[in-house]
Amino acid sequence: MAKVSRSPWLLHYDGSSCNGCDIEVLACLTPVYDAERLGIINTGDPMQADIFLITGGINTQNQAVVKQLYDQMPRPKVVVAVGVCACTGGIFKECYNILGGADTVIPVDIYVPGCAARPQAIIDGIVKAVALFQQRSEEHDRLVKEGGKGAAVNG
Amino acid sequence: MGKRSVIPFGPQHPVLPEPIHLDLVVEDEKVVEAIPSVGFVHRGLESLVTKKDFNTMAYVAERTCGICSFMHGMGYCECVENMMGVEVPIRAKFLRTIWSEMSRVHSHLLWLGLLADGFGHENLFYQCWRIRERILDMLEMTTGGRCIFSVNQVGGVLKDIPDDMLKSIEEAITDIEAELKVVQKTLLYDYTVKSRLCGVGILTKEQAHDLGTVGPFMRASGIKSDMRLRGYDAYPYLDFEPITSDDCDCYARCDVRTREIFQAIDLIRQAIAKMPSETDLAVQVKDKPSGEYFMRVEQPRGEAVYYTKGNGSMFLDRMRIRTPTFANLPGLCETLKGADLADVGLLVITIDPCVSCTER
Repeated sequence: MAKVSRSPWLLHYDGSSCNGCDIEVLACLTPVYDAERLGIINTGDPMQADIFLITGGINTQNQAVVKQLYDQMPRPKVVVAVGVCACTGGIFKECYNILGGADTVIPVDIYVPGCAARPQAIIDGIVKAVALFQQRSEEHDRLVKEGGKGAAVNG
Repeated sequence: MGKRSVIPFGPQHPVLPEPIHLDLVVEDEKVVEAIPSVGFVHRGLESLVTKKDFNTMAYVAERTCGICSFMHGMGYCECVENMMGVEVPIRAKFLRTIWSEMSRVHSHLLWLGLLADGFGHENLFYQCWRIRERILDMLEMTTGGRCIFSVNQVGGVLKDIPDDMLKSIEEAITDIEAELKVVQKTLLYDYTVKSRLCGVGILTKEQAHDLGTVGPFMRASGIKSDMRLRGYDAYPYLDFEPITSDDCDCYARCDVRTREIFQAIDLIRQAIAKMPSETDLAVQVKDKPSGEYFMRVEQPRGEAVYYTKGNGSMFLDRMRIRTPTFANLPGLCETLKGADLADVGLLVITIDPCVSCTER
């Protein structure tokens, strides 16, 4: 993360986690861990968000919600799966209502392991997401300059 | 009379980290009716009893919820222990009590922070969560985890808390008590906070009783009931009285929970002082469970009921959990009737909703 020219905003959604990762995500934003020093800010509005933090696996009822939140986010965007449930389904993988990790419905860029994921690991994931977002927005800008309005980049 | 319309609340909403959906029928700015719909976090955790044996299920039961994780694991283990007629060593009972009360402190501080965030007091939110980190450090030191502890097993506990750690827990709770007293001045006596909480979301004693509410939500409506008085774990050796308030509003709920933190700190102190010198932590469980049992545990959010049924094999037939938030939802819908639209977020928070418990 050499240079960051934009401050990405962060959207958090609880897929079907046990809450452990959610409170760790919130703990990351509070003064002790203070992820906001990395230039991000937590928002509740998907239309203003650049980084999507998802905790917990995907079930039959929330898959449409997750897909919709992802689609509402403007390009470029980065998705971070926090916790082992969001990565693979985790301990609930064998449950009848769990379809799998977050990547069953949306493309995931960064996987943060842990049950529950530790704040240090989440911050590490956010740092990687900020760097990836910077890279993608540069690419996005370049394509827009070259190809006009209709250009779109991955993610 | 204004025109009626329906406003959706959630599942993704800034006021809550968890997904819950309410259809709010509003007339002008007043809520006429609230219809909850749940299921966004449903995993089907109870069905895992057929795939994991009863010892491993202790870790699955713990993952019902990341906030009251310790008590879920404990409730399940005690239910199975009682079903099998296993007597847990006394030291394990005291250790479970200490960890339970530490979980209560961390859960209530988390809630106070979320409440402050709910009415827009960011600074207070950060202060509560800063204090909470101290208790999380203690939990991490004694168990190894911040959210999921995995120290319960059927028959006792897996880890001991040595004397030097008990001493540092005592130091930490003394610090927390002092810091909380500073925050409490703003939280309970500040004009802005009071104007937002007093008289909002009234649930009378009769309503609270009839709708079957539990925990601090019920005690804030003046009903004196606490499952800890039932005397499981080390609670028969400790001296305490349930905390109640007769105001029945959001302020009373805030007040009750704040005083419960001090009570929990006091209970930890008592438990440390009366800690038995026996060193046994667990008994060997060799039988296979059969029969059935109900267990009731007082969680930070209220009474949780566990039911297990064994069939004489390593796998249980059924595990059922009734969680406190589920019991409090009818009470919430009652308080929402007639509330201002702007207060909805706040009212949802005052029952301390734990959606992942409720939906499992």
